[in-house]
Amino acid sequence: MSSSYEMVIGLEVHVELKTRSKIFCSCDTTFGQKPNTQTCPVCLGLPGSLPVLNEEVIHYGIKAGLATGCKIALKSKQDRKNYFYPDLAKAYQISQYDQPLCEHGKIVIHPGYDKTIGITRIHLEEDAGKLIHHPVEGTLIDYNRAGVPLIEIVSEPDISSALEAKLYLQKLRGIILYTGISDCKMNEGSFRVDVNLSVRKKGEKTLGTRTEMKNLNSFSSVAKAIENEYLRQIKVLETGGTITQETRKWDQEKNKSIAMRTKEDAHDYRYFPDPDLSPIVLSEQMIEGVQLSLPELPDTKVLRYIDTYKLSKEIAEIICIEPAHANYFEATVSCGADPVVTANLMTGEIFKQLDKIDDTLPPFTSEALSELVQLIERESINISIGKKVLQMMFSEATFPKELVEREQLYMIKDEVYLSHLVDQILDGSSKILEDYQSGKAKALQALIGQVMKETKGLADPGITEMLIKRKISK
Amino acid sequence: MNIVSMSILELHEAFMKRQLTFEEIIEAYLRHIKQQDKTIGAYLHVASEEALEKAKAIDEKFRKGLPVGKLAGVPVAIKDNIVTKSMPTTCGSKMLENYKSPFDATVVEKIEAADGVILGKLNMDEFAMGSTTENSYYQATKNPHNLKKVPGGSSGGSAAAVASYQAPLTLGSDTGGSIRQPASFCGVLGLKPTYGRISRYGLIAFASSLDQIGPITRTTEDMAYVLDILFGHDERDATSSKNTVEDYSTFKEQQTPLKIALPKNYLEKGVSDAVKKQVLRTAEQLKASGVEIDYIDLKSVQYGLPAYYIISSAEASSNLARFDGIQYGFRPEGDFDLDDLYKEARSQGFGKEVKKRILLGTYALSSGYYDAYYKKAQQVRSMIKSDFDQLFEKYDAILTPTAPTVAYDIGLKTEDPIEMYMGDIYTVPVNIAGLPAISVNAGYDDDMMPIGVQFIGKAFDEKTLLKLSYIVERGVKDVE
Repeated sequence: MSSSYEMVIGLEVHVELKTRSKIFCSCDTTFGQKPNTQTCPVCLGLPGSLPVLNEEVIHYGIKAGLATGCKIALKSKQDRKNYFYPDLAKAYQISQYDQPLCEHGKIVIHPGYDKTIGITRIHLEEDAGKLIHHPVEGTLIDYNRAGVPLIEIVSEPDISSALEAKLYLQKLRGIILYTGISDCKMNEGSFRVDVNLSVRKKGEKTLGTRTEMKNLNSFSSVAKAIENEYLRQIKVLETGGTITQETRKWDQEKNKSIAMRTKEDAHDYRYFPDPDLSPIVLSEQMIEGVQLSLPELPDTKVLRYIDTYKLSKEIAEIICIEPAHANYFEATVSCGADPVVTANLMTGEIFKQLDKIDDTLPPFTSEALSELVQLIERESINISIGKKVLQMMFSEATFPKELVEREQLYMIKDEVYLSHLVDQILDGSSKILEDYQSGKAKALQALIGQVMKETKGLADPGITEMLIKRKISK
Repeated sequence: MNIVSMSILELHEAFMKRQLTFEEIIEAYLRHIKQQDKTIGAYLHVASEEALEKAKAIDEKFRKGLPVGKLAGVPVAIKDNIVTKSMPTTCGSKMLENYKSPFDATVVEKIEAADGVILGKLNMDEFAMGSTTENSYYQATKNPHNLKKVPGGSSGGSAAAVASYQAPLTLGSDTGGSIRQPASFCGVLGLKPTYGRISRYGLIAFASSLDQIGPITRTTEDMAYVLDILFGHDERDATSSKNTVEDYSTFKEQQTPLKIALPKNYLEKGVSDAVKKQVLRTAEQLKASGVEIDYIDLKSVQYGLPAYYIISSAEASSNLARFDGIQYGFRPEGDFDLDDLYKEARSQGFGKEVKKRILLGTYALSSGYYDAYYKKAQQVRSMIKSDFDQLFEKYDAILTPTAPTVAYDIGLKTEDPIEMYMGDIYTVPVNIAGLPAISVNAGYDDDMMPIGVQFIGKAFDEKTLLKLSYIVERGVKDVE
């Protein structure tokens, strides 16, 4: 049933900018401070206060736009979005309505395939405060976040699966991290995702009615919510129902979404140009200046890695998603490590371990990793021992050479010893020998495996193979 | 000499010559206010002790030979929509009863930096919406020329205080005529500066794109004296102008003869005979002083009023949304869920006129109506601006009545809002175009009620307005 439907997804991403001060006042933006200690009459919306746009926010917004291939508007304006809620001190949010700072961008997602996702627009706005529901004192308001600058990045409805959504978000987050305008921490709310999703029969051209999903706290919530909403909408349609245009809230615990409000009771935001603020007028030179200040972005970096370090496209793309990884990779290589071995270790064992501990970077330095890579390169240890050493490095702060020495993990290259060992094994496994002689190539691997087992994986696999071949072909 | 009848210049001079201490001046004013304001009702708050203390401190500074500012010796009172740290700021509304701002408005800082002392806060129509000061939640202010009459509004307290010698200098705010119309009704001088000339930081917004703070004085010389103190760029107000502030003290110096326009269609209908006669008399008097006058037509004015009521109400509906009973201000008694708390706080906290304008503005901005109302009004705004621009290619200023009538009886127009709104017809185009304008008393009607005339100037050309005001003022003195 579901296979005859396709999903059409557009994502709205709110990114908190890490400017030193808020968007319309000079209050500090540091996360996690005592409630209401980072406020002033402006961000509290007190009577008589007026907003003055922080120039740094414009620069950051332009950076985001240029990094995602957007056209930067030489003139954009700021509008008021009016609605009542206690976390919104002025009862309007200053945002950009019909003339945003950036439009018509795109990013390419990978690995696996190169698909272009269009960016409709990026606009500047202010964040609201936060309601804290206290069991005794009731609902309290923390305005520290009120007036923290945000950009909202709206994608075209070009995304057609949960995987693509995840790849888009990874790529977008990476690009933002490269520009340095945000730390994009989903758990701190500095990278927030809303999903607009509709379904339609495959081959149909018109879009179905969409819903908007909120409260998605991680990439995996996004993926789950997409799968869930896709199936829910199909079920509604297949049972003869129609999709209601509504906002839904994802419940992470229950793995399902509930309707928050329908279009009928949606706010009429009564947007109009904020008379307290002039239009944002930019010069070509200023935009060029920001362009020049941008660092190397992932797509360029990938090409360079393929060219300079001879990495495969896919490995290069994985390494380049996050600047932290790319920087770590380059630092390791600059300590003398082989780029290909380093990249393979990183995208393999290291990322596997990082996933487990839910961290971005390993607890050891790039010097330590470089030392390990060099041990492997010089064949002092083999690759599987290398992975074992890596695991040890995740749990103790010791350099790989020391670990290899302490645990006696150097590769055994002693031909006399290995030859003797091979003889012993061949004596005890006539079955394997017969298999090999009857042409079963797997038998050779089994014999090597036996040697490895006897040496706890330390035997030089090359020498071992050579010895076995020499002996059994006699 | 009676201290309270001295001009700003005289007060400052007497202080500098050590003929009067600031303390003596403040004491005299406090005595006068105590006696006078029972009948006028201009003040909502008199900061007696604080004013005396500050005056003494400035006296002390002066005694020590330290330099003092231009306003040393000058008491000032300000409209109650300009925030003050040490005094309540109510906006004439129940919504902000006892509200105290944690910061001072830029103009308050500037007055204090110039060693002026603030006497107190002045009555106004609630949130500056009204033309009579009857919309104040607290009290109705009386016209000092006739206690049965309104002082005008919304800065009725500011004009009445100056007219009744309860302050030589007050600040008002003008969104559509709220300084000029009460100045006209009370026979004093009121200036609405060019938009952006005085910082709005600390002025509780009614309609942000139209609001301007401005001074009210009794004489042109006093007006010229205080402008450079109040004018100037403020980095806290993104709409404040970076244009340099002129030296206004030289306004009397002769330059090339002025050429002004008098829109004759302004005198065609809706204007009282007394006002019409006075404007024509003033025109003759200006001619006699060497001012060239052309009678012209200024057609776009008829669209000014509706455009004004849409733009100002739309902005007000958004500006006043923050008064929701959550963070500060009036909060109704009882347990309510969020929606009901909003409804009760705003239903009980705001007066009728304010609610009416919020509804009007909300409607004008609603989806589906935006283009027909707000957008259209903005188009009218551009049209009015360009009409003025064209006129100012040929003329130095425009002469009009300030209001169609003199001050009317208290209670007369409160039931007829359209007629009251019509009273703003000559003043609102000025705000729409962001231009400066001054209302100066030109004479009196048969009942001795003052009649003001308005001069509209080029943007940032307040000096020409002072010149013209001075000519009219001298004419009145000659008659007296």
